[in-house]
Amino acid sequence: MNLALSDLTDNGGLFLRGAAFTVLLTAVSIVTGLALGVLGAAGRRSTLAPVRWISGAYVELIRNTPFIVQLFFIFFGLPRLGLRLGSVEAAFLAMAINLGGYSTEIIRAGLDSIGKGSWEAGFSLGLTRWQTFRLVVLTPALQKVYPALTSQFIIILLGSSVVSQIAVEELTYVGSYIQSRNFRAFETTLVVAAIYLVLALLFKRVFALVERRVFAYMQVSR
Amino acid sequence: MLFMKRLTLMALTAALPLLSSPAAQADALDDIMKAKVLKVAVPQDFPPFGSVGPDMQPRGYDIDTAALIAKDMGVKLELVPVSSANRLPYLQTKKVDLIISSLGKNPDREKAIDFTVAYAPFYSGVFGPASVKVSAVGDLSKKTVGVTRGALEDLELSKIVPADADVRRFEDNNTTISAFLSGQVQTIATGNVVAAAILEKNPPNRPEPKFVIKDSPCFIGLNKDEPALLAKVNAIIAKARADGGLDAISKKWLGAPIPADLPG
Repeated sequence: MNLALSDLTDNGGLFLRGAAFTVLLTAVSIVTGLALGVLGAAGRRSTLAPVRWISGAYVELIRNTPFIVQLFFIFFGLPRLGLRLGSVEAAFLAMAINLGGYSTEIIRAGLDSIGKGSWEAGFSLGLTRWQTFRLVVLTPALQKVYPALTSQFIIILLGSSVVSQIAVEELTYVGSYIQSRNFRAFETTLVVAAIYLVLALLFKRVFALVERRVFAYMQVSR
Repeated sequence: MLFMKRLTLMALTAALPLLSSPAAQADALDDIMKAKVLKVAVPQDFPPFGSVGPDMQPRGYDIDTAALIAKDMGVKLELVPVSSANRLPYLQTKKVDLIISSLGKNPDREKAIDFTVAYAPFYSGVFGPASVKVSAVGDLSKKTVGVTRGALEDLELSKIVPADADVRRFEDNNTTISAFLSGQVQTIATGNVVAAAILEKNPPNRPEPKFVIKDSPCFIGLNKDEPALLAKVNAIIAKARADGGLDAISKKWLGAPIPADLPG
């Protein structure tokens, strides 16, 4: 087999820009998606029934529809309802909402693993329910599900390729663009795949560093 | 001797049709007028130029054009459905008199057959609603234009588009159309046939012609060395362009009148 990778050398800058945008999309989605997830999980275990219903419906809606359909709904559907988002804004929103749905369920599982004793400890110190959640329960809950969360983050990194469909110029878009010009489909896809692999491994490394910082107080027991 | 005489006579008799036939075949127009039938190769798988209607009858731009020509000549029309691959052989073997089958002109085809003047517009262009003021590629500056990635329109437009125009490249035709219809892009670069198909559905965002990216209009094909037929069909097309007959067909099937720059 002949690999004409040299046909791609002119496109280094394009690949780099695409990869950088993929990283930006992923990083922003992780921060916003995680925040949504914490809120959603708190909602699922709220004492108020309507809040539980809303967060439950959110999780079911997001986890039981394809990401590309959610993206198309935001990009093509919302303009019909009077809300027009550009493709980049639509991509950020769709990714955050999608990750929010999945991380809600993951963090809820973490919350459920924290025994009643932690809550009672907080209450006995005079903390409110919300304060106990934030200061006592949340960190160990997150720590318990951290591996599951980071896998979801990697999935959102790889899933960001879908937003190329609405002309967001991230890595997959760049790859499709280049192969529509040089007709080197195999070589281009190979390079794109290699870049995703490197990005995923880098993100994993970052997640490990974050784990060591954030959950430092648990280090002794590990 | 008698035998030789008879042989010569036989040879002469046999040669007679050979001598006379070129004269008889020289004029396809005469043959059509004598037979009172015009045989036309039309597509049946290429709407809106030619397709099969709900009544199982062929219909489309090409069929209406064929009917217009037959009517003007005062002869009966016989439609012969062809595919794009076999339309030239049908003509060259005289199974049809004319090809009206969204046929484009190129040097290879010009070696094999003759072409009349153009009868239908076929082009890639930029389309958009009347409210978006664009009449040349330079006007796309600071405007968004949707196009299908890697399509002819993408490749050609990318060469000429101003640097500050926002070209949004979508994965496939349907996504590009959705982006235009939902207002995510102001204009769309596509074929006039696609734009016509969208217009037919009466969308809120109307893709009206703005400017042409690449033009390859349709011509009627006929056999070489048929000057009488060529002149006759050219005259009919010219007349139909002047009296609005062709405009009516174009509006009916393509949603827009014949562009003024269609090569006459």
